Amino acid sequence: MAQQELQVQQKREVEKKQESTAPARTYLPTTDIFETQQALTVVMEMPGVDNQNVQVTVENDILSVNGRIDFSKYEGLQPVYTEYNVGHYARSFQLSSKIDQGKITADLKDGVITLTLPKAEEAKPRKITVG
Amino acid sequence: MISSFRDPFEDLFAIQRALDAYRASDWLGGRTAGTGSFPPINVFQQGHDFMAIIELAGINKKDLDIQAKENTIRISGKKAITYPEGASMHRRERVSGVFDRTLSVPIQINPDGIKAEYRDGILALHIPRAESEKPKTVKIT
Repeated sequence: MAQQELQVQQKREVEKKQESTAPARTYLPTTDIFETQQALTVVMEMPGVDNQNVQVTVENDILSVNGRIDFSKYEGLQPVYTEYNVGHYARSFQLSSKIDQGKITADLKDGVITLTLPKAEEAKPRKITVG
Repeated sequence: MISSFRDPFEDLFAIQRALDAYRASDWLGGRTAGTGSFPPINVFQQGHDFMAIIELAGINKKDLDIQAKENTIRISGKKAITYPEGASMHRRERVSGVFDRTLSVPIQINPDGIKAEYRDGILALHIPRAESEKPKTVKIT
């Protein structure tokens, strides 16, 4: 089967209730979320963010991920041709199923962060046998 | 009552200006087989040389192929995404597939001197200007 040719995905900017004081833009990372029997996995693409500049928090069942771009790398560079905007990344999700919050793990590789949110024991599906 | 009036033509002119700038730019041009528009490229000038910064998250370095010839650079490869078996998808925004793109540089470059670095989902190409292109100081005798 021929593989699909990739197209550029336009970045979506975060719509915030408040304006931020700093002028930098913030974009929504493209995200995949899938669920297995053991865990909920959230995969986000944040190119340019290294593991020093990423913050993951869970508060009141809201998962927030913040990735910051180190703009100092662009110092001394004069743009001559640009196709995309560079900005920070931020996105948050309301978690529906019960998550074991102490066991959340995050792994950042090649600009892709993978969050594994293990389900709490009581939220895992149980097989009930009919006696 | 409408307190402020926004000129609807302003948006149209902005689009036209953007299109003109896009077409007038020398940085694009399909001079090899690679004609795709992915991945997006930003080009910066750094002193005499150029730096192309390309957003390309989640690629295996082995699946990335960069060729340079005269003043064109071809970037091709594939992006694979795997999901565990039996997973139920809640949200699927990331895309996988193949890409093949050519960047034409409107100056003479030194193709042997191009350095590529892939880190944190960003591909950075350092493109040195050819020696013959560099400005020369003329001494007054």
